[in-house]
Amino acid sequence: MADHDHDDDHQHDHDHHHHHGEGHASELSEMQIRVRALETILAQKGYVDPAALDEIVETYEKRIGPHIGAKLVARAWVDEDFKKELLKDVAIASERIGLTEIGSHVIALENKPSVHHVVVCTLCSCYPWAVLGLPPTWYKSYAYRSRVVKEPRKVLADFGTTLPDTTEIRVWDSTAETRFIVIPQRPVGTEGWSEERLASIVSRDAMVGVTVLQPVIQEA
Amino acid sequence: MNGVHDMGGMDGFGTVPVEANEPLFHARWESRTFALMRALGFTGAWSIDEFRYVTEGLPPHVYLSSSYYERWVLTLELLVLKYGLASKEELESLTANDRAVEVKRVLKPDSVKSLIPRPNYERDPQAPAVFSVGDLVRTKNIHPVGATRLPRYTRGKVGRVERIQGCHAFPDTVVSRDDEDPQWLYTVTFDGRELWGPDADPTSKISIEAFEPYLEPEGTHGGAS
Repeated sequence: MADHDHDDDHQHDHDHHHHHGEGHASELSEMQIRVRALETILAQKGYVDPAALDEIVETYEKRIGPHIGAKLVARAWVDEDFKKELLKDVAIASERIGLTEIGSHVIALENKPSVHHVVVCTLCSCYPWAVLGLPPTWYKSYAYRSRVVKEPRKVLADFGTTLPDTTEIRVWDSTAETRFIVIPQRPVGTEGWSEERLASIVSRDAMVGVTVLQPVIQEA
Repeated sequence: MNGVHDMGGMDGFGTVPVEANEPLFHARWESRTFALMRALGFTGAWSIDEFRYVTEGLPPHVYLSSSYYERWVLTLELLVLKYGLASKEELESLTANDRAVEVKRVLKPDSVKSLIPRPNYERDPQAPAVFSVGDLVRTKNIHPVGATRLPRYTRGKVGRVERIQGCHAFPDTVVSRDDEDPQWLYTVTFDGRELWGPDADPTSKISIEAFEPYLEPEGTHGGAS
């Protein structure tokens, strides 16, 4: 079919990954068939343009991801005024450093020794795509969605995260058109680092709030 | 609706499955599904709220035994059929008939960048906000069969307004009568013990984003800390 010939021009590395766990081959091929049918018919009828679909996939594979959030966090760590602005309005602060594709109602939450923020969407899997890209499977899992609002410390333990008993755990259930990004605490051992180097250690999971960034041991 | 999607507080799902070095998509059909969802959303044939509501309406055993993108495939099929973008026969035969319905617009490659920033659903308010930051509120004990963004585990509970998030299109009426009927949106924070009883972690606080129709004022004797 012509609309699929187009895809042959592209290398899709992820074709070679396979489902772990519950998925098995017959289910996968059923989905392949059904998705192909949707794309084929909708493209033939002119409701979707396969080239636009390619562009969407490429955008989220190559351009939009947690490196965007990491850049915001690193700047917030080194620039107190920027951090204040980020906490007030993520989109406006982001524009100041040339990130113009954030959009509305992305909200930054600052972790401190006294309070630790963690983000979930119990009803579906709302996630701040514009700053973190697409969510990992664990964020969409039933275990995460069901448990983190009820037993957040146990869920954090699944990620190897232990917080002091005195730290308040603040869980944000993204039930409407607001999205949240956590500003993790800056780890000790990063004093004097460049913004770029700082950004390289800001992980996606820390910006969802399920991990904390570990102290950096400086080499002698 | 009180569907299985509303899983906050359920037990029995085990530990959180964390996959090291997880790829963005696990198979090509997942990436095509994601792209189809965005491109079809762009046509304006249905709202994001209806998309979510159709997913929530999948039979519980189907919902639970499907992966995230499998649910999207099932949802897209239902919506495509409902709005007449394709028929079952077309999907089965892989032979397209003429278009029966028109859509507002079709996504082209150079418009994809317009999909990246979060869309703004904030609308002009119809009335001033009823609640202020710091107010105690009680969520209504409601069980609508239609779309709602008020999770079961937070119904009939006392919390405090922590932030006012503006006035937004109301998903409940967008789905039920294609009417945005904009409503004020609040971050409402609950003490863990208010939601889960005396054995809950006393250091935990949980918030939801609650539309004004979900809330009623709570007297000064409310239970939230």
